[in-house]
Amino acid sequence: MIINHPLLGPRDSQEFTYLGDMSLINRPDWEADDAVDQFHEYLYLRDNPAGEHKELWFHEQGDRSWLVVTRNTLTHDITKVEIAKDIARQMGRSK
Amino acid sequence: MTQNNRLEGGLIDRSKTLRFTFDGKTYQGHQGDTIASALLANDVRLMGRSFKYHRPRGPLTAGSEEPNALVELREGNRQEPNTRATTAELFDGLSAKSQNRWPSLSFDAMGVNDLLSPFFAAGFYYKTFMWPKAFWEKLYEPIIRRAAGLGSLSMEADPDVYDKGFLHCDLLIIGAGPAGLSAALTAGRAGARVILAEEDFLLGGRLNAETFEIAGMAGHAWAAQTQAELASMDNVRIMTRTAILGAFDHGIYGALERVSDHLAVPAAGKPRQTLWRIYAKRTMLCAGAVERPIAFKNNDRPGIMLSGALRTYANRYAAAAGQTVALFTNNDDGLRSAADLAAKGVDVVAVIDTRADGPSVQAGAHFKGAQVVDAGGKLGLNTITIKLANGQTTRINCTALGVSGGWNPNVHLTSHQRSTPKWDEKIAAFVPESTPAEMSVAGAANGDMSTHAALANGAKQAVTALKDIGIKATAGRTPKAEDEPINVSPFWYVEHKGRAWVDQQNDVTVKDIKLSHQEGFRSVEHLKRYTTLGMATDQGKTANVPGLAIMAEMTGKSIPDTGTTMFRPPYAPTSFGAFAGRHRDEDFRPIRKTPSHKWAEEHDAVFVETGMWLRAQWFPKPGETHWRESVDREVLATRKSVGICDVTTLGKIDVQGTDAATFLNRVYCNAFAKLAVGKTRYGLMLREDGIAMDDGTTARLSENQFVMTTTTANAVPVFRHLEFCRQCAWPDLDVQLISTTEAWAQYAVAGPNSRKLLQKIVDKDFDISNEEFPFMGCGEITVCGGLRARLFRISFSGELAFEIAVPTRYGDSMMRALMEAGEEFDVVPYGTEALGVMRIEKGHAAGNELNGTTTALNLGMGRMVSKKKDSIGSTLSEREGLNQADALNLVGFKPVNSDETFSAGSHFINSDAQANAANDQGYMTSVCYSPNLGHTIGLGYLKDGANRMGETTRAVNPLMGEETEVEIVSAHFIDPEGERLRA
Repeated sequence: MIINHPLLGPRDSQEFTYLGDMSLINRPDWEADDAVDQFHEYLYLRDNPAGEHKELWFHEQGDRSWLVVTRNTLTHDITKVEIAKDIARQMGRSK
Repeated sequence: MTQNNRLEGGLIDRSKTLRFTFDGKTYQGHQGDTIASALLANDVRLMGRSFKYHRPRGPLTAGSEEPNALVELREGNRQEPNTRATTAELFDGLSAKSQNRWPSLSFDAMGVNDLLSPFFAAGFYYKTFMWPKAFWEKLYEPIIRRAAGLGSLSMEADPDVYDKGFLHCDLLIIGAGPAGLSAALTAGRAGARVILAEEDFLLGGRLNAETFEIAGMAGHAWAAQTQAELASMDNVRIMTRTAILGAFDHGIYGALERVSDHLAVPAAGKPRQTLWRIYAKRTMLCAGAVERPIAFKNNDRPGIMLSGALRTYANRYAAAAGQTVALFTNNDDGLRSAADLAAKGVDVVAVIDTRADGPSVQAGAHFKGAQVVDAGGKLGLNTITIKLANGQTTRINCTALGVSGGWNPNVHLTSHQRSTPKWDEKIAAFVPESTPAEMSVAGAANGDMSTHAALANGAKQAVTALKDIGIKATAGRTPKAEDEPINVSPFWYVEHKGRAWVDQQNDVTVKDIKLSHQEGFRSVEHLKRYTTLGMATDQGKTANVPGLAIMAEMTGKSIPDTGTTMFRPPYAPTSFGAFAGRHRDEDFRPIRKTPSHKWAEEHDAVFVETGMWLRAQWFPKPGETHWRESVDREVLATRKSVGICDVTTLGKIDVQGTDAATFLNRVYCNAFAKLAVGKTRYGLMLREDGIAMDDGTTARLSENQFVMTTTTANAVPVFRHLEFCRQCAWPDLDVQLISTTEAWAQYAVAGPNSRKLLQKIVDKDFDISNEEFPFMGCGEITVCGGLRARLFRISFSGELAFEIAVPTRYGDSMMRALMEAGEEFDVVPYGTEALGVMRIEKGHAAGNELNGTTTALNLGMGRMVSKKKDSIGSTLSEREGLNQADALNLVGFKPVNSDETFSAGSHFINSDAQANAANDQGYMTSVCYSPNLGHTIGLGYLKDGANRMGETTRAVNPLMGEETEVEIVSAHFIDPEGERLRA
């Protein structure tokens, strides 16, 4: 596959390491009353869509950017590639 | 030996005569021959024995789809099994052997299998060799493997090299027949970057095998002229002997270039083969079509081949498969062979057309509405039996028979991404339905069965493909060429009691397919697995469609409803050597050498691979004959005075930024926020699920700069994890990371004299006394008169110890300086074994203990996990299941009888219990002989171990038949109070 890196242009997926669902960005609040449940859900319960999937890829043999790649798991079509740091901020993550 | 069956003309170079051997006998051929064509020219039709029944076989085809004529090429370490004689190019001195026969090709003892064929039908192995179970591995399988097999391996290392390469282009054209050449001309003239890949060593495809004219010249001459024009264009790369193996995502194609297969020995510096990865913006599949046979009784006699193959041998290779030839067809293309062969002076004795209304030909006896029902001649065809339209049978003598059941477009690559082809009634064959986004199809591969259509569509599709990527091209006028329909009338097999072969490579008959249907294996995928139809080197290129057509007839479904099996890469057989490329032997993966590697080599170190690193394992001295002698000496000398170990391989991550301390506080489970400048702290890193991930020490060099160390094995995963935390979890923390593992050479200097040694090289401005530089201190210093260095007072061995780091380019000098300075203290270098012994003696956890299943609690560090802060893994480490009362604890073990020993991996079983999984009390992780204590010691995880000090239990290792009574002791065998490291 070819991943069109927002900063570096098209790169072979061999340069990347795959992690999984983008929801891993959304790390729960450790001080919540149901923190253990929330972390359990965060870590173990994820959707496994047959179709469009937003997922995390790490440009390990490149610039070390974590990317959010929108990929169709049936066709491998990649429709969007974004910098994970930007997405994390949009999701309200900060310090 | 004369070439009795050599004809006039052809595309061979008669000025170059090549001598070769087949099964030890010497023959002659010419430049441009394949082994198959040269053997046919020498009147040799028998080239192999079949897989299961050991039936005598000759070539069925003249191309890469060949099921039968597989030979063993070359000798010695270049021996290569299962090479298709139909594509292997002849070179002078080539030696080829037939396969799967004993003692000889014409008399094969295993031919008895053929007589036993009633017992060998589809599913035979599954049904017969089921009982008793133990016999399978010991008896049945070895016998079957000996009897049924393809070629054999030399069992020697391959002397040649295989390369890998990467190419990029605007348009990749797969196949250089009329469609591919026309597309390449169009794209090349438009200035596009073109790769034209052709499996054959000649461009032209069927143009080389037919007598068609293009633009008033011979087809092959037009191909040669086109090749010359393409070769003159800098933007076109012509790759012959290159098969495209697979179509992968996003326009990535795998290709195998057989760079030197046609030479006795590769030219100096050249690889045998190159595996290419081609990145193409657009691709055109112009892979042509493969002719399919008609099954009838004994249709596997040597001399029976596809009609188009007869033409190829005659027109291109000037070789006749026999002097008297008959043809059997269900379509007009099959009739072309009659005229072509007659024109070459071959005696065409009969033409048998299954159609009652087929066109007439001017050659031999013409039987319309007739069928070939049997063939005779065990080692070579000599007669065929024909059933005439009126039901009568007649026999005709001939030595070759050309069979045509129609042509199948080569849709293979269009289906690598799961799309399935559709059935085209007009040509009675599957054609591409949909293709990968960047691929289009032209020529016979697309069902364009005439030369004119191929030329026209090749150019047209190229224009469209290039337009997609913004390149303007124009299709020139299509040159004048043949434009006849092939008028096929589907006909798959002749009804008869005897065995009619559908898949000759796997010895699958019409009857086997019927049996498969009868036994319920009716889906084509089940049919394939049950009968093995379509498996092995040819992947059923000639057999699949007839096979599924017969299944369709059985089930009463249409052919399109029956469908094809899934096409998967590789398209053509590919050697492991090509996939491995240069990644073999010592180059299997990159080797990382430590800064002291050269010094260690000079001092006879024995090296060990740790990941990609090569580390000194121990340094044998003259007279030491066993590794333990060296290791014990290194341990004792270090503990007595001082030893030096290269620890550069540990991961080093530089962490900087105003939020660096906050960041570390969150990635380590223990507190880090308040670590003072100039101090180092042990850190335990958890995974988010609460399992220990890695450990190491982190030093605070200044307010905003830390240096983290990781274990050697986890340097890369930890760095990846930290980047995830930094970019995704807390994107606004002001913290930056960089790996400095290879920027600093680092040495552990351990032992009671380590300070004295270092004081000799540390510059006078820096006081490293115990008062000024206490345990866990760190600092940036200079050594040897101004060289910048970092010093850490940390200890893995349990001794007074330091780690000193200098820029890597000074690593070698540093090692030498340390050894020189240590001479007066009898300094020793020590390797990873002594390092391991000392850390076990001290009770320090390492990879064996941080094994991906253990928690901080298991490691005895449960209280380190701060509950006052958020850190990765802290929340889930509190889960009930990870905090049971009888959780495993890391403790030490020693044998009750100190003469006894035990091994890592042993499990603990209480003294009175049976040794089984239900009574498992934990397991031993690390074991060594302690030269300081004089007996074996171990670390291990034991249920509730922390509360069982002084008890005895059993370390049981059923695999080795070992069982040792052991005492549970503190994991800290040496200096439990930690006085030495604070000295």
